[in-house]
Amino acid sequence: MKSLAELQALRDQMKAKVGIREDDSDNIRVVVGMATCGIAAGARPVLAAFTEEVAKRNLQNVTVAQTGCIGICQYEPVVEVFEPGKEKVTYVKMTPEKAVRIVSDHLVNGKPVAEFTKSALK
Amino acid sequence: MQELSLNVLDVAQNSVSAGASLIEIGVAEDTAADRLTIVIKDNGCGMTQEQVQRVIDPFYTTRTTRKVGLGVPLFKMAAEMTGGSFNIESTPNVGTTVTAVFVPSHLDCMPLGDIAATVCSLIQCNPDRDFCYTYSWNGSSFSADTRQFRQVLEGIPLNSPEVISFISEFIEENTCGVKASAANT
Repeated sequence: MKSLAELQALRDQMKAKVGIREDDSDNIRVVVGMATCGIAAGARPVLAAFTEEVAKRNLQNVTVAQTGCIGICQYEPVVEVFEPGKEKVTYVKMTPEKAVRIVSDHLVNGKPVAEFTKSALK
Repeated sequence: MQELSLNVLDVAQNSVSAGASLIEIGVAEDTAADRLTIVIKDNGCGMTQEQVQRVIDPFYTTRTTRKVGLGVPLFKMAAEMTGGSFNIESTPNVGTTVTAVFVPSHLDCMPLGDIAATVCSLIQCNPDRDFCYTYSWNGSSFSADTRQFRQVLEGIPLNSPEVISFISEFIEENTCGVKASAANT
């Protein structure tokens, strides 16, 4: 069973490999809407998928965070991606599967997935 | 909402918005009494008696993006439709305690669901707050307390992916452990 002793071991392991974080100028923020509307529509697994993928790929320049209701409840789960110097990209009706694709195409390769965005909804 | 743990995630966000530094989440199952009690307690800004009365009204919210606030009413409904009860106690500048009691055997009782994912989502998104999750099953219990984790971590962020996955496994394994030890006594 997991214990605090194990957390201590994990800490030592992490301390050993903590490198210098790249500076904030290229930091990408992924923000998941986590109000009642978002949660009811399935935001929790979407947040978990982003966290997991970002960890798996060891993307040091990506922060995954949350926000409240942004007023487009009918499109939840909504995810916004903020890249410095670029326009915000709003993804709608998100799923964990879409999250995996956004991490690889958008966050890693810099190409927003147009078909998942709010502007693709017509 | 398909799981009680999603209600917990939602209602705990209110504690975050209330500026709480410590949010305690308790889940207690008592199979003999056929009761599941969920308590969310915070040390945030609290509410006046009048606000407490209004917060269970779906058409009351402090938010300005839209006119409805469904988090608390949905949680209340989920409890009451099982024959359970719902209560909010709050004192301005002291904090708020939300208590929901469920009757698990009732047909309309939602499953608790993935509570570890709820606790991890909260920690992930609010690494500056402390969360203490306590699970108890027929009197046997364990806690996952970020104040304790923080002490061990010595500056490694609580929301680093490795730590979050540790906390998730910590909760899952200890939940099983608690159930096993209660069954043996």
